[in-house]
Amino acid sequence: MLELKNIHIKFDDFSLKDFSLKVEKGDYYVILGESGAGKSVILELLSGLIKPNAGKIFFNKEDITNYSIQKRKIGIVFQDYAVFPHLNVFNNIAYPVRKKGFSKQEIKNKVLEKAKKTEILHLLHRKTPELSGGELQRVALARTLMTEPELLLLDEPLSALDVILRDNLRNLLRNLNKEGLTVIHITHDYEEALSLANKIAVINSGKLVQKGKPSDIFNHPKSEFVAAFTGIKNFYKAKYISENEVLTDNKIIIRAQTHKKNCEGYLMIPSGTVIISQNKQESSAVNNFKGKVESIIPSVHGQEILVDAGIKVSVRITNESFMKLELSEGKNIWISFKANSVKFIKKS
Amino acid sequence: MKFNLFHIIFLILSGLVLLFIIGPLVGMFAATTPNELVETVKDTEVRNSIGLTISISMLTTLFFAVISIPFAWLLARKDFFLKKLILGIIDLPIVIPHTAAGIAILGIISRDSVIGKAADSVGLNFVGHPVGIGLAMAFVSVPFLINAAHDGFKFVPVRLEHAALSLKVSQVRVFFTISLPLAWRNIVSGLVMMFARGMSEFGAVVIVAYHPMTTPVLIYDRFGSFGLKYARPVSVVFISICIIIFILFRLSVNKKKHIGKNKSR
Repeated sequence: MLELKNIHIKFDDFSLKDFSLKVEKGDYYVILGESGAGKSVILELLSGLIKPNAGKIFFNKEDITNYSIQKRKIGIVFQDYAVFPHLNVFNNIAYPVRKKGFSKQEIKNKVLEKAKKTEILHLLHRKTPELSGGELQRVALARTLMTEPELLLLDEPLSALDVILRDNLRNLLRNLNKEGLTVIHITHDYEEALSLANKIAVINSGKLVQKGKPSDIFNHPKSEFVAAFTGIKNFYKAKYISENEVLTDNKIIIRAQTHKKNCEGYLMIPSGTVIISQNKQESSAVNNFKGKVESIIPSVHGQEILVDAGIKVSVRITNESFMKLELSEGKNIWISFKANSVKFIKKS
Repeated sequence: MKFNLFHIIFLILSGLVLLFIIGPLVGMFAATTPNELVETVKDTEVRNSIGLTISISMLTTLFFAVISIPFAWLLARKDFFLKKLILGIIDLPIVIPHTAAGIAILGIISRDSVIGKAADSVGLNFVGHPVGIGLAMAFVSVPFLINAAHDGFKFVPVRLEHAALSLKVSQVRVFFTISLPLAWRNIVSGLVMMFARGMSEFGAVVIVAYHPMTTPVLIYDRFGSFGLKYARPVSVVFISICIIIFILFRLSVNKKKHIGKNKSR
């Protein structure tokens, strides 16, 4: 449906280099990256606000690289909503269809349909400066849907909303996608990406560093940047030693099951699979290391303990376990994990 | 609110400035008898002159609004070569002596000039003509409109214009339905300033046209021919009309501001 081919664009302080991306019809494609990574540039390129220095953009096999913003069948919802402050909600939503030959009743019907879909029927006669962030987001979405876009671009749509509003809007976006609307969603939040995307592209400093299904990205991050950015904590450079051993961070040897011989790559230890104990314990876990608690950070599901065991290992434990083990910073403890919970990823 | 010596000194200085503005005006009003005012209002020459001044200034403001507002939008939205120089040029009429401005205008509309010759060929002579007066008024007052509109457009977030364009509407419609309404308050202030400044212009107008007499020229003429006593009532009547127009515009702008405040609640 949409294809960006070898896009180059250069600004004074930023450039997008050889950027290619293919979006299929019905995709919910999340572009994940830190602020300043070039996400918004991609969005402006797709919407037609800026033109690339080189490369082509194809939409339904048609070259739209030099098409004006009005000629593209692409809708965009900006991060700051860009709802018109001098028009009420109804007139904001009706804006795209006014002066287009529709009767008053037809316009009203169209507005009602989109307002119903975005669940803002009750807001239609409200003035927009009175609305909350979540309501404004829905107004902006309804207004964009009035143009009947084939592709919807969303710029950090959930970032300014609180948790409940975020869940509601997430459901709405999921439903729109299920109804067949192709979506490109730009965000810096990997949880948002995981909850919505069927495909993810990770970008860093104007370069596409990895793309694929969420499971590919999160289970097989191809670089330290992707791992760190996607929230994977225990991710290390690693070197194959033997079928059962991997040298991790050039510091310690970890027992792992790997069939990828004589190569370098990365090692991942899911933080939920690591066990903390006061003393060394006999168990089926073959990786046992003595360490020191470096920091304790409360999290939604309990505590996140950072242990220095030669390498830094992040361990997630419940509050109950935390209390039982009487953990404190500087305390000596043991960590253990099974060889088959460790994942070795060959460097691509 | 507590006042210390610092505040008191500043208050005295502020009072002096206010007195300097209000004093002469109040003095002029106080020195004019009701009888003189009635006679002046009845004076056809005065009435015609005020009518002429207001109508030329208003039409000039409207005409220049049509060509200046798009210019102000361009200045607010686009960066181009020598933009800073152009912004400086716009302010030039404010800083040059107005009689000199009149001479400059006369230079381009006199019969020796290209424009003058072209107008002459269709039987028009802009010198001593309302069009000439309008041009003289506009020359010294249009910077107020351009600057106010420029500020107004800069205040409108570009993102709103982009959002409107992404909704598949034309750039013209975006200008008239988004940019212009959102910059409107500043533009109205600019229009009022241009209108008021044009209406009160003497220096540039008197060079281009002594006749037909605009009110500032009439006041000068009465003063030169008959003295202060005869010039004062015309001044009082004209100032009163200026103040009324100014108050009406202020009220309308404030009313809009009030509505705006309600909106943002």
